Amino acid sequence: MIEIKNIHKGFDGEEILKGIDFVFETGVTNLIIGQSGSGKSVLLKTMLGLFKPEEGSIEYDGKAYSSFTDEEQRELRTEVGMLFQGGALFDSMTVEENVMFPLRMFTNQRKREMKSRVAEVLKRVNLEGSENKYPSEISGGMQKRVAIARAIVNKPKYLFCDEPNSGLDPTTATVIDKLIQELTVENNITTVVITHDMNSVLEIGENIAFLKDGLLAWKGDKSQIFQTDDETVTDFVYSSNLFKKVRDAQLKGH
Amino acid sequence: MSYIHSIGEYFLMIKGVFGRMTKRSVLKELIFKEINELIIGSLGIVAFISFFIGGVVAIQTALNLNNPLIPKTLIAFAARQSIILEFAPTFISIIMAGKVGSFITSSIGSMRVTEQIDALEVMGINSLNYLIFPKIIAMLTYPFVIAISMFLGILGAYAAAVFGGFVGSDLFLEGLQDGFEGFHLVYAFIKTFIFAWILATIPAYHGYYMKGGALEVGHASTTSFVWTSVVLIITNYVVTQLLLS
Repeated sequence: MIEIKNIHKGFDGEEILKGIDFVFETGVTNLIIGQSGSGKSVLLKTMLGLFKPEEGSIEYDGKAYSSFTDEEQRELRTEVGMLFQGGALFDSMTVEENVMFPLRMFTNQRKREMKSRVAEVLKRVNLEGSENKYPSEISGGMQKRVAIARAIVNKPKYLFCDEPNSGLDPTTATVIDKLIQELTVENNITTVVITHDMNSVLEIGENIAFLKDGLLAWKGDKSQIFQTDDETVTDFVYSSNLFKKVRDAQLKGH
Repeated sequence: MSYIHSIGEYFLMIKGVFGRMTKRSVLKELIFKEINELIIGSLGIVAFISFFIGGVVAIQTALNLNNPLIPKTLIAFAARQSIILEFAPTFISIIMAGKVGSFITSSIGSMRVTEQIDALEVMGINSLNYLIFPKIIAMLTYPFVIAISMFLGILGAYAAAVFGGFVGSDLFLEGLQDGFEGFHLVYAFIKTFIFAWILATIPAYHGYYMKGGALEVGHASTTSFVWTSVVLIITNYVVTQLLLS
């Protein structure tokens, strides 16, 4: 579980996060949603320790990140898996080397053991047979799956995903969403996903934080988000033509 | 003001490079990879340029020896001095600033743009050490490149002077040994080590701290080449003043 309390963060005198409280639960997919510029990515990077909050605290399983020693911070980082928006795969490494990377860096496993774990994880994300390909030789969806495999290979306790569906077609996006959700349940991970894709919200939104202008404007789950009358949320949800048409049809009784 | 900020940032980067070390087995592999890319990969162009420039130096000297009182051995002497003292260490380094320096800036810059550096940091890896330290260690073998450049430069001068009919082989070899001072080699290799440091760190700085997208990677490579060359030239002047004056 990750709990954030009263998080404030700004840049060059402009306050981006204006005091956010939220609890990201274990074993469910927690979503941070909101329009571009609402502070989602800044919140994620602050939670990861890449930005230092000006005020507030971040607690990993009840322990404040700010109280961690350098060694504890490093240890925590080894328990974190991160899926970047563009995948952030290492271009100079093959798929297998990319996935093996955290194992090589943080474990003393033998090569045979590492290869076996990599094969297991690649099988889990349906990428058997792609071990020797380079990131430039595979599709965007496959790159995302390799990035997921790399994020989970070292059995992390926390998984962060920054817009995992960006640049993907709807079918592949759904596959990625489902994969993230399944892995979260299978491994009992605390998963935090940043998205502004309403399809993802419908698929995997079990615990949602809606940010607007650096504030937590609403929280709930995927069933509640379509029932709320909160204007800030409905403006965001129905900014999609598809969802607007579905709602209009529902209102007309179709 | 921004120059002072950049200089401060550069030294903070150097501190970070020697901070928390990457796992030894991984580091060893990275160092060999960098030696292959930065050093071995540059041998061809260095050999080609050195041989032909050595030849041109010999021809130019020979063509300007109009006074019969000046011995023909001067062709070899001039070629040796110019190649060992300046051409091999300094001008090859400027060429390397274009080849190796641009490669370092663009490879690290691309990693910055595509969030690969963020990925390293999130994993708890000291990205400065992981990316730059192996390059610095690999560049410690740079004097090997310069030694080859010196040898081939002189060989080129020999070929051009002797086979071009400007001087006999015996006279050339005599001129080559004329008034040779071992300290000149020491001076050249001291310079080479300093240049190796500059060639590894300044382009790395420009790549690591770049902001923006693919276009900015190209811009950073150009800026890196300009600044690496400027620092090389100024350092060359200072070192020469200190060691040879």
